[in-house]
Amino acid sequence: MSDNLNSGLDSTATFSIDGRRVPFEAGQTILQAALAAGVYIPHLCNHPDLKPHGSCKMCTVIVNGRNGSACTARAMPGLEVENDTPALNDRRRVLLQMLFVEGNHFCPGCEKSGNCQLQALAYDLEMLAPHFRHAFPARVVDASHPDIWLDLNRCIMCELCVRASRDLDGKSVFMLAGRGTNSRVVVNSPSGLLKDSALTIDDRAAHICPVGAILPKRVGYAVPIGERQFDQATIGHQVDYLAKRTIPIRPVAAETAAATEGN
Amino acid sequence: MNAPHELPQKLRIATTSLSGCFGCHMSLLDIDERLLELATLVEFDRSPITDIKHCGPCDVGLVEGGVCNAENVEVLRELRRNCKVLVAFGACAITGGLPAQRNNREVTQCLTQIYRTDSGEVAVPNDPELPLLLDKVYPINEIVRVDYFLPGCPPSGDTIWKFLTDLLTGRTPRIEHPLLKFD
Repeated sequence: MSDNLNSGLDSTATFSIDGRRVPFEAGQTILQAALAAGVYIPHLCNHPDLKPHGSCKMCTVIVNGRNGSACTARAMPGLEVENDTPALNDRRRVLLQMLFVEGNHFCPGCEKSGNCQLQALAYDLEMLAPHFRHAFPARVVDASHPDIWLDLNRCIMCELCVRASRDLDGKSVFMLAGRGTNSRVVVNSPSGLLKDSALTIDDRAAHICPVGAILPKRVGYAVPIGERQFDQATIGHQVDYLAKRTIPIRPVAAETAAATEGN
Repeated sequence: MNAPHELPQKLRIATTSLSGCFGCHMSLLDIDERLLELATLVEFDRSPITDIKHCGPCDVGLVEGGVCNAENVEVLRELRRNCKVLVAFGACAITGGLPAQRNNREVTQCLTQIYRTDSGEVAVPNDPELPLLLDKVYPINEIVRVDYFLPGCPPSGDTIWKFLTDLLTGRTPRIEHPLLKFD
């Protein structure tokens, strides 16, 4: 134990993000080290409990002059990382706009509004409009499960549910199928419906969705709009939350319910 | 020599609601007593507030709602022609919003379902005075050029006030936390 701690301290070195020195431990990625040091790098498909995926490209930074995903690039001594620059943020905004027009992201009608990471990034990067032509795709809603909604209109295909179900729950309930614009999340069950899958409300996969595609039922507006995670402060000011990332919706709702019962 | 010949006139504002719920206009009224201050800066042209039916030359046009039928297209183009600055005012103008939830269904399917009587008879209204529906509900920037976007469902009174005062006093409007909301 103490050996590990010492070796951790021995190997601690620093690199720079936008000129600020950031310490890191051996094996950490740039994103992990940044979040641990309280430096915000925008990201969507990364989760502290899962292996990095490197697919959303929101966390793209410039490392020693080259583009790289902060969630997959290892922190190394002396790296010079550019992160919060107008050029990178412009690119991130365009990525967000493409995600918004690719699905049906109707914030005023979504239970996740205020807790949604996609929306929070758009607020933080001051995305005022989706700019591109809306695709308005026809996507499926699966309401068959007694406790969980699956609304693919809002899916951004970050595969967090796929990874959480496989790596944390050991169930492999979700999978990404199809190619290009036909890509979609499919459910591992004989009927293809969520009710016939092994997914239960206690699974991590049921709560890990950063958008409103997978939602627990019957807690929708337990926490009112305006009092939610990203209503308090922009996501860029919630680095602690991003580094630890407890499940946003259910515990808050459960606490509220408990508090109401207590009263 | 380059001094203006006369004092600046009041700016003219036109507003309209296309395929919207007038919620954004209600939110405009929700700037409360600041309306009096606004009235010293601007004059309203075509607007549900003045009930003027057609738009003259204006400085600013606020367009609420998406574009769902032929009449919406005409009104939107009239505003674009006449307004120096056109603003997509609220979620529906920017994304299509609630009316756009019909967008992944056929118009025929929507109409025959809505105008089906209990006996199963379908009677879709077909009066020449009724504007024809478009195949989809479009955000206004997919029909005309838009200068500024003011998100929110509706944008709050404070958001509208920040935006208008920025615009009317010659600053580049900036909407950020906590005024920037999509819901």
